[in-house]
Amino acid sequence: MNFLSRLYYKYKKVLKTLRLYFLIAGPGIIVMVADNDAGGITTYTVTGAQFGFYLIWFLILLGPVAYYVQEMTVRLGAVTKRGHAEAIFHAFGSFWGWFSLLDLVLVDWLTMITEFVGMTAAMSIFGVPTWITVIAAWLLMGTMVLQGRYWTWEKAALVFCVLNLIYVPAAFLINPPIDKILHGSFIPQLPPGGFTNALFFLLMANIGTTIAPWMIFFQQSAVVDKGMQEKDMLFGKLDTAFGSFLTVLVAAFCVILTATLLPGQDINDAATAAIKFMGINKYLGACLAIGLFDAGFLGAICISLASSWAFGEVFGWAHSLNYKIKEAPWFYAYYFFDLLLAGTVVLIPRAPLVLITLFVQVIAVTLLPAALVFLILLLNDEETMGRYKNTLIQNVANIGITGMIIVVSTLYGISALFPNILK
Amino acid sequence: MILSFFENTIEAVRTINQRYKTPHMKTTPLVRFCLGLLRVYLLLLVGILVFKFIQELH
Repeated sequence: MNFLSRLYYKYKKVLKTLRLYFLIAGPGIIVMVADNDAGGITTYTVTGAQFGFYLIWFLILLGPVAYYVQEMTVRLGAVTKRGHAEAIFHAFGSFWGWFSLLDLVLVDWLTMITEFVGMTAAMSIFGVPTWITVIAAWLLMGTMVLQGRYWTWEKAALVFCVLNLIYVPAAFLINPPIDKILHGSFIPQLPPGGFTNALFFLLMANIGTTIAPWMIFFQQSAVVDKGMQEKDMLFGKLDTAFGSFLTVLVAAFCVILTATLLPGQDINDAATAAIKFMGINKYLGACLAIGLFDAGFLGAICISLASSWAFGEVFGWAHSLNYKIKEAPWFYAYYFFDLLLAGTVVLIPRAPLVLITLFVQVIAVTLLPAALVFLILLLNDEETMGRYKNTLIQNVANIGITGMIIVVSTLYGISALFPNILK
Repeated sequence: MILSFFENTIEAVRTINQRYKTPHMKTTPLVRFCLGLLRVYLLLLVGILVFKFIQELH
């Protein structure tokens, strides 16, 4: 009896913990899965087509990198109850504040255009005209925030996160070579041909797509909007860790798909890969196209929110998804304005979309190092963080990761500006 | 209406600048060094962008 009652008590405790986790989980999973946005999916499909299964281990290594950076935003948001933009203004003054805010707005807007490009390219595979895709995306994005509840938005976003996992069952449709996958996942190796410029460029692109400036701003603001407290931090970290696992899972399966079906083929984007898949297996092509649309959609809603939250924090507008539109008019006005502006660019005939994609890489390089440096300085400020400041081990990991990201993203940005530099 | 929007925005920016005039983080030598390095890095990037722009013009 004693044993049974103890077992029941433990069962209840686990159940309560799980319930609490599911209540707190959200921002970490959403930001990490949205990290696999249209640009990310393109990078993974190109990686698989060019280098087969050889680089899956590298993608697995990027999981902890993303976790360590994003985990800092959970602590900072839960302790200070400030979004990243407001935290920068407060800690470093208006010069660095305005620099970060305006740079964020520009990067986010340009990135959102690429998300709309991804969405429209994906739906064009099903014969849906660009303007219908853009309007449908606008309506869907509008509907998600109309309820005036963070909870509703978050659960809707989580449904789209689940859809992002479509690459996993899709891979099982094609019977990929398990031995090669395991070998490529757990034995670090370079593809045949060794360390070439093309390989270096793709490695940089994969690192560049793992951490984007909007992710830092988004997760910290989402943690604050959700009302996460210091006592919830452990669940927030677990949420982020699970999210980073999902982001690696999706990335690896994207690589597996193209490595199995399109090895050595000249693929420049995910939409081209989806069209080629259609010729092999229409269900597979449809899966890749749906995944690409979903990736662009998730990216767009998160990026637009990151900017709206940042503006709301700094300008002192009501800036929560828990407010209805009439209660936070400026916050929602900015959210919709951003989406409308990004979608409209895609509708303009002969808009310089390639140039915009190039600019995203370059402008992001100006913001990412600053955002990361501010993050580490804030996390080391005892007055701000108290007992939640970075430990020595966290500092070693975070400073190492930040240094690597700064070097690689700078090289990536420069190589985007001067493509011949790596040839 | 447009004029009042711009007036309100400028006023809001002034208020924000006033509110965040003084950085709240303790300016230790390490913080000063990091921010200085960041300024140099950004100036370098702007230089590269300007160089690329001029190169494109030619």
